[in-house]
This record gives sequence, C-alpha cells and structure tokens, in this order.
Amino acid sequence: MHHVHEENHEAPQSFLRRYIFSTDHKVIGIQYYLTALFMMLVAGLLAILIRIQLAWPQTPQPWLHKILPGLYDPNGIMRPEYYPMLFTMHGTLMVFFVLSTAPVSGFGNFLIPLQIGARDMAFPFLNMMSYWTFFVGCLVMLASFFVAGGAAASGWTAYPPLSALPESIPGSQWGQTLWIIGMVFFIASFTMGGLNFVTTVLNLRTRGMSMFRLPLTIWAMFCVSILGLLSFPALTAGVIMLLFDRHFGTSFFVPSGVVIADKLMPHQGGSPLLWQHLFWFLGHPEVYILMLPAMGFASDIISVFARKPIFSYRAMVFAILVISVLSFLVWGHHMFVSGMSPYLGMAFAVFTLLIAVPSAIKVFNWLATLWRAKIHFTTPMLFALGIVSLFISGGLSGIWLGQAPIDIQVHDTYFVVAHFHLIMAGAALFGVFAATYYWFPKMFGRMMNETLGKLHFWLTFVTYYLTFFPMHFLGLRGMMRRIYDPTQYDLFKPLQPINELISHSAFLLGAAQLIFVFNFVWSIFRGKKAGPNPWRANTLEWTTESPAPHGNWRGPLPVVYRGPYEYSVPGVAEDYIPQNVAPAEVKTVGARG
Amino acid sequence: MAKSQAAEMVPESLWSGGVSPFGVSWQKLMMWIFIITDGLLFAGLLAGYGFLRLASPQWPDQTQVFYMPFIAFMTFVLITSSATMGTAVGAARQRDRRWMVRGLVLTILGGLIFLGCQAYEWTHLIHQGARLYTNPWGVPHFTACFFVLTGFHGSHVLSGVIILTITLIRTLLGKTTPEGVEIAGLYWHFVDLVWVFIFTLFYLL
Repeated sequence: MHHVHEENHEAPQSFLRRYIFSTDHKVIGIQYYLTALFMMLVAGLLAILIRIQLAWPQTPQPWLHKILPGLYDPNGIMRPEYYPMLFTMHGTLMVFFVLSTAPVSGFGNFLIPLQIGARDMAFPFLNMMSYWTFFVGCLVMLASFFVAGGAAASGWTAYPPLSALPESIPGSQWGQTLWIIGMVFFIASFTMGGLNFVTTVLNLRTRGMSMFRLPLTIWAMFCVSILGLLSFPALTAGVIMLLFDRHFGTSFFVPSGVVIADKLMPHQGGSPLLWQHLFWFLGHPEVYILMLPAMGFASDIISVFARKPIFSYRAMVFAILVISVLSFLVWGHHMFVSGMSPYLGMAFAVFTLLIAVPSAIKVFNWLATLWRAKIHFTTPMLFALGIVSLFISGGLSGIWLGQAPIDIQVHDTYFVVAHFHLIMAGAALFGVFAATYYWFPKMFGRMMNETLGKLHFWLTFVTYYLTFFPMHFLGLRGMMRRIYDPTQYDLFKPLQPINELISHSAFLLGAAQLIFVFNFVWSIFRGKKAGPNPWRANTLEWTTESPAPHGNWRGPLPVVYRGPYEYSVPGVAEDYIPQNVAPAEVKTVGARG
Repeated sequence: MAKSQAAEMVPESLWSGGVSPFGVSWQKLMMWIFIITDGLLFAGLLAGYGFLRLASPQWPDQTQVFYMPFIAFMTFVLITSSATMGTAVGAARQRDRRWMVRGLVLTILGGLIFLGCQAYEWTHLIHQGARLYTNPWGVPHFTACFFVLTGFHGSHVLSGVIILTITLIRTLLGKTTPEGVEIAGLYWHFVDLVWVFIFTLFYLL
C-alpha cells in the first residue's frame, strides 16, 4: 500500500497554501509548536502573577493596577475573587495547550513521518483541520479572559458545583462556558491528531521498519495517541453534562440544597463525585500524555550522545506499554479524600505503586546506557539528563502520594504542587527543550547556539529546582494549594521567607527563558548551517537534507535494515550505523572506504 | 556480504511496514479507531447515567412512560436498516450497482423513519411535561439522562444518514469504491449497536 504516497508531489507554491493552510506534516508540526510556545508565554505570565501574590500578598503593587486594572484594585492589591482565575488558566493552558500540544502535536507531527519513513501523515487534510481546530480552541481560551467575570476560576479540574453554577464565582459565568467550548475544540483537535498518528504509525512504515525497529519517540507518540483516544471521550461526556447543568437546568453534578448568597439553588440530586470520576479517568492518562513523549525524547537523545545503544530496547517498549495500561487503572488516587471505600482506595493505591516498576525500569535503562559511556554534553543531552533527574525527583514523592494514608495528610497542599511540577510539568517542559535543541537543525536547517543553550540549561535547571523543591516543605507544613494569601494564617507566617525564595527563583526561571527565545529566533536566521546529520545519529530523519523537502526524501523512500540504536558497534569503522544502511554497505575496521 | 543476505535483513513479517499488522487500508483502520473512541463517549454518558440512577432514591417505571411496542418498532427499523446496509456493502463488492442503490435507499429510509419516530416520541413526552430539569414521573435525572442519551444518539443517526446520502449520490455518479461503502457501513452498524445498548440499559433495565 505504499503507492499512494510513493510519488513526490510538487510543493504548493503560494504562501497561504505553503505556510498557513498547509497539509505538510512538517509545517503543521511547527505551527503547533509555535502556537504552544505562545500559549506557554501567556500561562507563564499568569504564574508570575501568582508568585507575586504569594510572596507579597498584602504589599500594594500600584504598577500592576495600571497594567491590569480589572485584576488589581486601585491600591494595587489583587482582587481575591480573581486569584482562582490565575491558577485555573495557568493549569489549563499549560497542561493541555502547551505540554500536551508542543511534544505530541508539535514534535509528533514533525517526527512521525520522518522517523518511520513516510512522505506525510495518512490524512494530511485531517491534519490541517486538526491544527485549525486547535487554533480556534486557543482563541476561545484567550477570549475568555475578556468576558464579564473573567476566565474560568474553578481550577484546571473544573470541579462542580463551583464550575456548574454561574452564581458561584465570577469566573463561573461566561468564562467557564468558554472554558468548556475551548476544551471541546481541543479534544476534537487531539482526537483528529490521534486518529492520524495511530493510523500512520501502523500503516505507513517504510519497508523493513518493523514495530520493534521504531525509535522510542515513535513508540511514545503511538501510545499517547491511543491514550488520548481512549481517555478524552470520558471528559467529553463530562463537559457535555456540565454544559447542560450550566445552561439547561439539569443537575448531573449539582447536589440538592446548594445555597449561594442565601439563595437556594433549584438543582437536586446530582453528584459532584461523578464529575471527579469522569475527569480523572481522562486526567490520569493525560499525565502520561505529557510524560511519555519526554521519555521517548530522553531515550533517543541519551543514546545518541552516549554513543551507545539504549540499554534494553524491548524493556523500554514494554515499560511504555505497561505504563499506558496502568494509567487507566489509577484515576482514583486523585480522589482518596472523596470518601471512597477504603478497599477501593487500597486497590487504586496498589495499582499506582505498580507504576513505579516500569518507571524504575526506564530510569535503570537510562542510567545503564550512560554507564561508562563517552558522554557528549551537548545542550539537548543536558536537557535529556534534566528529564531523568526531574523524573526521579518527582517520582519519589509520587510513591508517597500514591499511598492513601499519606495522601490524605498532604492532599491539596503545596506538596502535591511540588510533586506534579517536578515530574509531569518539569519533565515535559525539559522534554520540549531537549527536543527543540535536538531537532532544530532538521526543522530550520541551522544549529542553535551551544553556549547560549548551555547557559539556558543551567539557569533553567537550577531555578526550576529552587522554585519547586521548597514547595515540598510548605506542603508538609500544611500550606494549601490555591490559597490567595497564606499570611492570613499565623501558622504560615513563618513560611513567608520560603515563599519569597520561590518567587525570586520563579522570576529568574522566567527570565532565563528569554535566552531561549533569543537563541531560537537568532539561530533561525544566523545559526551555523547544519548538514543532513549534525549529531551523527541513526534514525531516518537524519538521512534526508535539513530542512527536509516536501515529501521528505527526494529519491525513493529509505529501506530499513536495522534498529535505531546501533552506536559504537565493535569492528565497525564509524561509531554509528544509520537505519537505512544495508549490511553489505557497513564499513568494517581496516576495510577501504 | 552477498546481496541476497542484505535482502534477508528486511523482515517480511506482518509488522514490517506497509499495511501490517492489521492488513487493512488506513481509511478503514481510522474508521475502526474512530468507532472505538466515539463508542467510549457513549460509554462515558451511559456510565454517568448508571452512576446517577444507582444513587437515585427511586426511578420511574419505564413501561408507564414509554409505549414499549412503539420503541420496539423503532429498534426493529434500525436493526433492519443494518441488514439493508449489509446488502449494499455486499452489492458494492460485487459491483452490482442496482442493489447497491436499493440497499442504500432502504437504509437511509430506515434511518429517517427512526429519526421521525424519535421526533414523535420527544414531542409526545414534552407535551406531557417532560423537561431536562423536571418531569411528571419522578426524579428529574430521568428525563435529563433520557434527552442527553437519545439526543446524542439521534445526532449520530442524523450524521449517519447524511454520510449515507453522500455515499448514495456518489454511487449514482459512479464515484464510490466498494471500500468507501463498507467504511460508511461500519459507521452505520456502530450507530445501530449503540442504540442496542441504550435500548437495553435505558428502556428495558
């Protein structure tokens, strides 16, 4: 079935068809990536506002009133009813519109056809539709800041009754409705992308590219697409019911007897817990939608720069598969305090702890790959090592939180915030950076600056830990997440220096990203020209020119003879053998070139 | 190394690229994956309905609300339309255009009759006072679940009818492939199967 994509189509010539409404997977991938970076900027600025508030809650900031008169009163104090909007939109945008989008929709689109040896995705037009649907979702989310009452304010988890009753909080007016609509667009886009990814990986691999010769990045993309396709429908069902509760008078999620401002709500008999089940049935696999691509990037990049095969490739694949399956059985660990039966809680806790097994296998294999290797500490490698570091740091607190007795103690405290920012957000963010530095030459034909890249890495790495690690201590001392002003409690007053330290680190972390932005833009125009294979890597995307032409390979599609990790093979002249090199063409030591 | 050895390095197993492992075209594969994900949307809605019904202190007796022979007729029509769809797909494989068109027309007709029955059922219940937030038979959840479940299913039937109409027009213009008809048929069978679940879980249980 190669014939359909076998012929080389001419690249479309008009600017609009080539760069805006393009059906080329590489252009769509870059569109997704850049849009996600813009959303990261918005979500990052929200985080800065959160940190200003938490470090200096009662200190007037008149300059902020001048910039954001709606958010700050004339004295420069943040209006408390709008604080929840900040963390809600920070979480929603970061989880869905940045850290799901940039690695999966961005790099997934860009890499899948290139790494499996295909001309394009199975459904290029659907791919374009998927991007523009996502784009509308972004616009809806951004527009929600400007409606009466502001953007959604019920947390990224949108728990009812807060999210179901427009009277409950200003953000629950049009902001919440737009949140729902934005999410529906996002889910539709992710579903179209996922259908495309799964079909492409299964059906468009080039000759010789068996499933067990796929790079681990592709295995990760394949599994997260399946995760998305199987878990997002639960959230779709949830948001549909939520929309009916909000606008058509049903009570799926609203219990009887809710009183707001001395007014009894007419709703009766609904169950807020139903929403929590539906949400977390998506929500937990969603965590792995963020994590697995970063793990795939880390595996590929570590192997290249250690110049060694990834340790135990098959175990890595099975670890991804096992994590994917288990991720559907653990959603209840987000709900230990919801009053569920202790026996059910125990089952969820056991499955959660089981995830530690494949996770530990992955970490062990990364470390074994690095063991006694001649490591090249390039910027992508540093970020890949950063992923491993964050994954271990965040994973250890995950083993704590997975156990109901401990989780009940620290539930909804900053301990949880520390945990998921290290493991899920941090590892995914570092994954985006690692992938950017690594595949930038293939995307734009030029290298990024290494010195600036290393500076960016060290500043980001140190400030990231300084920002999120101290939150463990805040959490263990009881400081709750989503709190507007911790100094209202005498108990938390002594913790303010920690909050100030965190905020200072967060500002530095934000500032360090300016280096990245500068490096990125500068390198597109002025970076050193990259050859087809600047990292001397094996996977198929490096067998075509940089940037890859329309149709990916000028000649016929490459044929694959080997797995993606044949580095430093004894007796071979070069320390790498690209996947498309036939056994007869491998130059051995002593043989004449 | 000899050239024949090099050729051996390309595994010819089912997983070695091309259309393996499932041996179907990507259009059909995508429809199957879409059916799984869309099926899970109904699973989510049905799970929500089950959750609320179990938590509800009472639930109306469906036989008092619905006229069951009428619902049975709707179900019969929809399942029959699956059979006529099968006829169309079979005819498409044998390139028998006459039976293909007949099968598609009958299927579309079945879908339209079903939608008409549903419209009648909804109007009847609304006249009796059924709303999303209240109804004369007991807990409000009953009608909320009813309208959301059957509404979503009805919209799927409607999109199925539209897909089949397009297929019919393309068939009359001689533009369809046997596989295209089969993929449209897959979706139609899926919509019918969902109804079987809704009929069992909402009307009968």
